[in-house]
Amino acid sequence: MTSTSDKLTVRVWRGAADGEFRAYDVPRLPSQTVLDVVTHIQRAIDPNLSYRFACRVGMCGSCAMSVNGVARWTCRTHVDKVVDGNGELELGPLRNLPVIKDLVCDMRSFFDKWASARGYFHPTRNRTDDLERISPTSRARKRADAGVECIGCGVCYSSCDVVSWRPDYLGPAALNRAWTLINDVRDGGRAERIAAVAGDSGCHACHTHISCTERCPKGISPTASIAGLKRATALAALKGEL
Amino acid sequence: MNAGRDTYLWLAQRISAMILGIFVLAHLITILYVMRDNLSAADILSRTQGNVALMLFYGLFVLAVSVHAPIGLRAVLAEWFGLAGKAVDWSLLVLALMLAAWGFRAVWGVFVA
Ligand code: SF4
Ligand code: SF4
Ligand code: FES
Repeated sequence: MTSTSDKLTVRVWRGAADGEFRAYDVPRLPSQTVLDVVTHIQRAIDPNLSYRFACRVGMCGSCAMSVNGVARWTCRTHVDKVVDGNGELELGPLRNLPVIKDLVCDMRSFFDKWASARGYFHPTRNRTDDLERISPTSRARKRADAGVECIGCGVCYSSCDVVSWRPDYLGPAALNRAWTLINDVRDGGRAERIAAVAGDSGCHACHTHISCTERCPKGISPTASIAGLKRATALAALKGEL
Repeated sequence: MNAGRDTYLWLAQRISAMILGIFVLAHLITILYVMRDNLSAADILSRTQGNVALMLFYGLFVLAVSVHAPIGLRAVLAEWFGLAGKAVDWSLLVLALMLAAWGFRAVWGVFVA
């Protein structure tokens, strides 16, 4: 890939909740990712810049930031794809999470909500039992498969307006995880999970804006998972189980 | 959060929305169709008075509005103004009852001779 100009002007958020965008000039390189840009700034210009990354290949989910206002994995975003006509780029921390410093957010509320949504497995067997046989073509397994590749990057959570409006809303990632477990026949926590995800801070708060689905780098549709939860919880309520 | 109550409210919101979707359309089409002939108020009343089907239609319409509007407002108050809780819920229940009372009064008004 060839670059259109040899220099990028990158505005990067510096500070915590209070802070400012500071501009840096970064050399433009072919096939350069946004993460490469951030790394260049930290290594060559300002060692005080804080950011997170680990795998650099879209597996760990730690490098998500706001790139020109849109939440993205920076390691899998080429500069060519996001840079504007003037060769400018704006990088900030993810939305909807407290900023610790610069590009680093406090992810605790995000993961605490996974726990609140009972986004963890409740085993029903032990090591001496036989393995459960699950047909990959069964309806439940297909539904679980559709959401199971989530790597917990927070892109969807950061893109969801309902999270901004209702700070206690569990959010797309936690609810998607709950839906995969509800469709896991080996799991024994269904009733508690249904109760945990129903209501004003659960699936019923979702407005089906679809920003989460639009932005998820894994191509997951938390919106569809949440629609599934709405059906499952409504059915449970009608059966008097809620 | 009250999972059972919230889920029932959501269901009520969805069901009333479906009813309203169909009824609003029927309401608008009827108005447009009827008004082609420039009916007077007396002409209209002569058709609505004693018309049980029309009374049932608008009775259900009013019911759906009284259920739908306060639940929608509840979400708006929570999300835009951070207002939620018992006081809000009771106020909205009063609003629902008022909407129903006004609506049924109007329906009754054009039904009785
Ligand atoms: S659903 Fe997608 S965007 Fe959301 S946390 Fe998982 S991988 Fe990231
Ligand atoms: S579909 Fe629901 S969870 Fe996803 S962004 Fe919209 S409101 Fe948020
Ligand atoms: S660094 Fe691991 S996903 Fe980007």
